[in-house]
Amino acid sequence: MIEKEMRVRPIKHGTVIDHITAGQALNVLRILGISGTTRAVVSVAMNVPSGVLGSKDIVKVEDRELKEEEVDRISLIAPDATINIIRDFEVIEKFRVDLPEHIEGVVKCSNPNCISNTGEPVISRFAVNRKPVELRCIYCDHVISEGIAEHLI
Amino acid sequence: MMLKHIISMRDFSRDDIDIILAKAKEFEPIARGRKSGLLSGKILSTLFYEPSTRTRLSFETAMKRLGGEVIDLGSIESSSVAKGETLADTIRVIGNYADAIVLRHPREGAARMAAEYSKVPIINAGDGAGHHPTQTLLDLYTIMRESSLSGLKIALVGDLKYGRTVHSLAYALSLYHADMTLISPRQLQMPDVIKKDLKKQGAVISETTNLEEVIGDIDVLYITRIQKERFPDPAEYQKVAGSYRITEELLKSARDRLIIMHPLPRVDEIDPAVDRTKYARYFEQSFYGVPVRMALLVMAMEAG
Repeated sequence: MIEKEMRVRPIKHGTVIDHITAGQALNVLRILGISGTTRAVVSVAMNVPSGVLGSKDIVKVEDRELKEEEVDRISLIAPDATINIIRDFEVIEKFRVDLPEHIEGVVKCSNPNCISNTGEPVISRFAVNRKPVELRCIYCDHVISEGIAEHLI
Repeated sequence: MMLKHIISMRDFSRDDIDIILAKAKEFEPIARGRKSGLLSGKILSTLFYEPSTRTRLSFETAMKRLGGEVIDLGSIESSSVAKGETLADTIRVIGNYADAIVLRHPREGAARMAAEYSKVPIINAGDGAGHHPTQTLLDLYTIMRESSLSGLKIALVGDLKYGRTVHSLAYALSLYHADMTLISPRQLQMPDVIKKDLKKQGAVISETTNLEEVIGDIDVLYITRIQKERFPDPAEYQKVAGSYRITEELLKSARDRLIIMHPLPRVDEIDPAVDRTKYARYFEQSFYGVPVRMALLVMAMEAG
């Protein structure tokens, strides 16, 4: 019981991202722009036993409510994640991440010869396939199906 | 059909393709020399960032035979591109002069991006290892005119890994539920991701390394050059160069109505003696580029 409390200590205000695919918590932090120099109070739990997923990661960020584009990015690497928005210790909103059909400026095309990887004024754009998660570059048609986290901008 | 830009075969439905092919047939007499002023007063700009002779000349021929004018970027070395101008800027400038732009560029996706910046229609004449839709359309037109697109049994031979014409042709043929046999050296087999996509569209696909065993069972033999410039490793090229060669001997067991196609230029894939056989259609194929590009130019300029 004590152990459980340490893992999921309630927060007053902020966001709890639950059911993150095990092993992806650090990438979630990267997406949120949280590094060693940020001042936010952050708790990370990794490889927590979970009924649904077997094991999962959890990230809690205090005093911050996630923006939609941040949630979109998380959905690419953790499609089962749930987002809990907390105010005054209460969950005021709870939703699952939803893979968008298109993403813009989130992932860099893995084809080095793609026009989106040049000095041209162009933002990388992908059409998203849900199951399995696959990204097709709008420009060069190159498909990213593995290691999406490595290509996050 | 209002397709302003012509970028990738993926943008076309089978109905769109049928409309273009029917239109190309109407233009065939003009491509053969009958006078026309259909695009008189219109200007086409050709922007070739990579060398090409056939594609550029056939676009120029198509435009001029329809009574239009052509302006050319000229050599890249002496143009604004050499000064470091982006493609996005070049496109916006040229769009103020011309009614449509034909673009060939070494980067994949260049035409798609150009279309986003252009106020006039962009026709993709090849973007790196990406798409080359006008080649695909003229290939389909050749099959329609010289063979048949329905119930088609076709063998695609050569470099099926790097060859962009073959990928986009195979995609289009899948819309016609063609029965395709893929024949290539093991190192140059069609990528799985493309095969998966073709099957999803309804294509019947089989694979082999042996051309002899299927030659008697196909309507169209489509052979491509193994392109040295697409190989990252010259040693890998040497291993597969000259893997397949069409000779009169090989054609002994061919069907009577077989046709042989090649996007040209050829190196040594087809023995010159084959040119004199009833099977050869590759020079007709290069002619058909003109009526097909006429159809595309007219449709693009009407939409633009």
